[in-house]
Amino acid sequence: MTSAQQQNHAVDDRDVEIHDYDVVVIGAGGAGLRAAIEARAQGKRTAIISKSLFGKAHTVMAEGGCAAAMGNVNPNDNWRVHFGDTMRGGKFLNNWRMAELHAKEAPDRVWEMETYGALFDRTKDGKISQRNFGGHTYPRLAHVGDRTGLEPIRTLQQKIVSLQQEDFKATGDYESNIRVFHETTITDLFKADGAIAGCFGYFRSTGRFVRFNAPAIVLATGGVGKSYSVTSNSWEYTGDGHALALRAGATLINMEFLQFHPTGMVWPPSVKGILVTESVRGDGGVLRNSEGKRFMFDYIADVFKDLYATSEEEADRWYTDPDNNRRPPELLPRDEVARAINSEVKAGRGTPHGGVFLDVSTRLKPEEILKRLPSMHHQFKELADVDITKEPMEVGPTCHYVMGGVEVDPDTGMSRVPGLFAAGECSGGMHGSNRLGGNSLSDLLVFGRRCGLGASEYVDGLAGRRPAVIESDAEAAVDRALLPFSSATEGGENPFVVHLELQKTMHELVGIIRKADEMEMALKKLEDIATRTRTVAVEGDRKFNPNWHLALDLRNMLLVSMCVAKAALERQESRGGHTRDDFPVMDADWRHVLLVLEALGEDNVELTRKEQIPMRPDLLDIFEMDELKKYFTGEELGGHRADQGERA
Amino acid sequence: MSYWAHFRVWRGDSEKGELVDYPAEVNEGEVVLDIIHRLQQTEAQDLAVRWNCKAGKCGSCSMEINGRPRLACMTRMNTFAEDEVVTVTPLRTFPVIRDLVTDVSFNYTKAREIPSFAPPEGVEPGEYRMQQVDVERSQEFRKCIECYLCQNTCHVVRDHEENKEAFAGPRYLMRIAELDMHPLDSADRQTAAQDEHGLGYCNITKCCTEVCPEHIKITDNALIPLKERVVDRKYDPVVWLGNKLFRRGEPANKNR
Amino acid sequence: MSSTTDASTGRAQISERTLRTDRWWLPPLLNVAGLGLWVIYATVRAFMHAYYFTNEQNYSYLTPFYSPCFSVGCYPEASHFGQFLPDWWWLPYAAISLPFLLLFRLTCYYYRKAYYRAFYLSPPACAVAEPHKKYTGETRFPLLAQNLHRYFFYIAALISLVNTYDAVVAFINKDGSFGFGLGNIILVANVVLLWLYTASCHSCRSIIGGRLNHFSKHPLRYKLWGQVSILNGKHMQLAWTTLASLAITDFYIMAVSAGWWGDPRIVG
Repeated sequence: MTSAQQQNHAVDDRDVEIHDYDVVVIGAGGAGLRAAIEARAQGKRTAIISKSLFGKAHTVMAEGGCAAAMGNVNPNDNWRVHFGDTMRGGKFLNNWRMAELHAKEAPDRVWEMETYGALFDRTKDGKISQRNFGGHTYPRLAHVGDRTGLEPIRTLQQKIVSLQQEDFKATGDYESNIRVFHETTITDLFKADGAIAGCFGYFRSTGRFVRFNAPAIVLATGGVGKSYSVTSNSWEYTGDGHALALRAGATLINMEFLQFHPTGMVWPPSVKGILVTESVRGDGGVLRNSEGKRFMFDYIADVFKDLYATSEEEADRWYTDPDNNRRPPELLPRDEVARAINSEVKAGRGTPHGGVFLDVSTRLKPEEILKRLPSMHHQFKELADVDITKEPMEVGPTCHYVMGGVEVDPDTGMSRVPGLFAAGECSGGMHGSNRLGGNSLSDLLVFGRRCGLGASEYVDGLAGRRPAVIESDAEAAVDRALLPFSSATEGGENPFVVHLELQKTMHELVGIIRKADEMEMALKKLEDIATRTRTVAVEGDRKFNPNWHLALDLRNMLLVSMCVAKAALERQESRGGHTRDDFPVMDADWRHVLLVLEALGEDNVELTRKEQIPMRPDLLDIFEMDELKKYFTGEELGGHRADQGERA
Repeated sequence: MSYWAHFRVWRGDSEKGELVDYPAEVNEGEVVLDIIHRLQQTEAQDLAVRWNCKAGKCGSCSMEINGRPRLACMTRMNTFAEDEVVTVTPLRTFPVIRDLVTDVSFNYTKAREIPSFAPPEGVEPGEYRMQQVDVERSQEFRKCIECYLCQNTCHVVRDHEENKEAFAGPRYLMRIAELDMHPLDSADRQTAAQDEHGLGYCNITKCCTEVCPEHIKITDNALIPLKERVVDRKYDPVVWLGNKLFRRGEPANKNR
Repeated sequence: MSSTTDASTGRAQISERTLRTDRWWLPPLLNVAGLGLWVIYATVRAFMHAYYFTNEQNYSYLTPFYSPCFSVGCYPEASHFGQFLPDWWWLPYAAISLPFLLLFRLTCYYYRKAYYRAFYLSPPACAVAEPHKKYTGETRFPLLAQNLHRYFFYIAALISLVNTYDAVVAFINKDGSFGFGLGNIILVANVVLLWLYTASCHSCRSIIGGRLNHFSKHPLRYKLWGQVSILNGKHMQLAWTTLASLAITDFYIMAVSAGWWGDPRIVG
């Protein structure tokens, strides 16, 4: 940190620190760091902008693992199987090209991590161990116990340090080619002649403004969970990348699809929403309501009747004899379980803190629990003072992941705005309507790298003719950032109050189960919140002022919430992470339709429908015709081998 | 079951500062970070605090609570008596930015001084073979969430600013141990641990281990084994003589 | 002045050396008391040159404080390994072993923690500012010599062998018959504890296997390392237990040889 940065800045100080880079990566999670490593490897001067401290990204929260068809545990695994699983998980709404690239490249990205120093758990013959996970045909998730997310973050962080050490040897300056600006928030992107020219933001520690002149920007800002009251996401997840992209003229797709994880902690308040891993149920944990009933048996949909046990006796036998018994209904897909819990609580059979009971204590011996679920035991012991070997946990659905994001070119990651790229959770398409567990970490690595590469090639293509930031745009950005201070004199609202209102609206009206009238009400409320957001006011000065930061983040959350609500109202079917009470079934006529959103002024969005690009025939051939018929309309399947007389 | 607690929070910056008293409502099941957030929403809207995951996984909300370095998200309010004054200050080893937020750049500087993982020559990606028993020790150290509580509590730098130059701190000495025990790392790190990163400053008084929220046995499993490895190299006369006579100039035998 | 309270470095201005509200001063105080008392007792006993061997009785208990008894002043029956040291009042009869045992414990990673905290106040407790102006730790002489711990470990292991021998020959009465009394139980218990303490040493842990980078290539040493690691987790408890067991053993033999009480015999 330079001494200039440490100076205190008066509230109305318009001074801006200016930096020039080839590529600016906004976001320092898995996708952002991998993109930066690639850009630097391509010889580009790269800046990484991190909203938190370097290394604190939300990626650390991942528990399960990183999916890659390496075939270390089951040699039958290959990219085609992984591709199929991903498409099935996303109910075939995925961008098939992204799913293809992801499945093909994930193994290389994982192996590469080992050369950076990652230490995954091992198989007996010394390879990377892989574990089973919901929706994956074979054991596929590279993992480190149940804290896998920390490993990629730390590894990529350390790789960047090693690149800086190389630069130091060559130039005497650690930051000559790659520099991390931590605790820095970007509030505006700049364009010139329709292409990206730079971005603008502030340093949290001082409140000082900063501008980056750069022809290529990679968004890797993660998700939008902070628009909901109960979420597994941290404060950073305010949809910054989504909103920045919209305002810069890019489009978002799939915003109606949000993944609610069925089991988040509901108590105590400080950890409301924090994940309780799926393995608890896989290892014998059962769900009970306040009457002590194992209610999941009442929620087995017809399509699952053949696969799931109908009596407790049969369900209990499955754990020891899975071949001759059907699975317990606690192991239904995430969306089914989330909906069931939701219904129980709404019917008044919830726990005192508004969840249901998840119990392993009466199912497994304490030693067994400690052996199989050490981190869950630790999490409940330390955070909730609950000993899961003796008492049940209280759990409920929590907003976990947004499938929607910036519409990008699958191969390069570029949005429709030249020079603007997006990777990871803030990009859309890869996961379709529902993401498989484990596909997130691999997504970050595969498309992070592709974006870094795409951005570098784009910069090369400019051949030195870089768009210059227009000074009036830069002034307007300063005005926007300072607005909450000037509103203070006019008696604006506390941003915290408005934020709570936004979260409540989204949670209650555009939550797990959606109805047209509720969403229409939500949109009305959001309009009202938009007015209030424009005039929120903050106390204090600009130095590490959480109130001010929230006031600026609020605009992004609002815009993103509008996207979610509009798209969710439009899509009249239920699919993956989008469940309509009034349209409860999946409809093949909606599969090939993408709902595309673009900005309409400062705080509104416009929705248009767009046709999906038909899947390449060789990819269609990976599936059997019978399966495809469940998802596709008849005329879409003309290219399949079954129709063409089995191409060799 | 809520009650009013007496909080004393340090407010200020590098110029000046003081402990400010706040009455704060406490509900069942809350942690210190919840109370700080409540203060932000009510009496101290611009109270600066650094936090992220609020689940003990990211290591952002490090501060000192009743004089003890802790994560605020992992310090439950029911560990205090209702009439107890809860004093919250920023970490005292690093320069303060504002209120509870400190400038932790010391740690990033030190991180850059530790030579990175040196991949083995001639082993292609995908061909790395390591046994679980061989990676487990380093894996323990990789659980580190970089909360810097160990760096903050270590008296070597906490009480002696002048040692910051020469001493990497427990977190980064542990990083050296992690790489030194990595079965495929090819760099020689032991001599440098003592000569360049200040391992000798550590007098194993174990405060780093005491404050580690991840319960990593920093002293017993990283620092002492590293000291012993340094002894192997620097203070073992038999090895020293052997090196002089037979293996002069040869790199460390990492392949043992 | 400690940097902790020094705001000139940009740190938060807080004048208290610590804001800890618990009784952080208690553990160092207990350590001072415990270690201090033991050192006084051991010093007195080392120079007493009496009541270290049951020379009046038929059985043959030798206190570890006088083993091996190399002085020409020793009872011949107590000198299992010969006599060559002169009998001067200021020279302990076990002058060969005692300094090494002292050094073994002085350089022990646990005792270092205990006395750095309790006696040097460096630091007195975690997050409590220490009084020293400068601190260089173990970077230079004399504390650099702490790195010699492993050599004292080797010697301590040899001395443990001697103690084991003492405990075994204590089963043979002076008339050559087999004997077994409470004293034997105490001597054996003490030797077992001494071995456990010695084996739980951090240097031992490193030598046995910790220095390896590929456990998988050395399965036996890995297994031993695992066992030593378990013991190592109890190093502090063993350090204190052996201080107690040494003092109890010595006191018991002093009491029996001085005739304060007789040794309850089970056999012989």
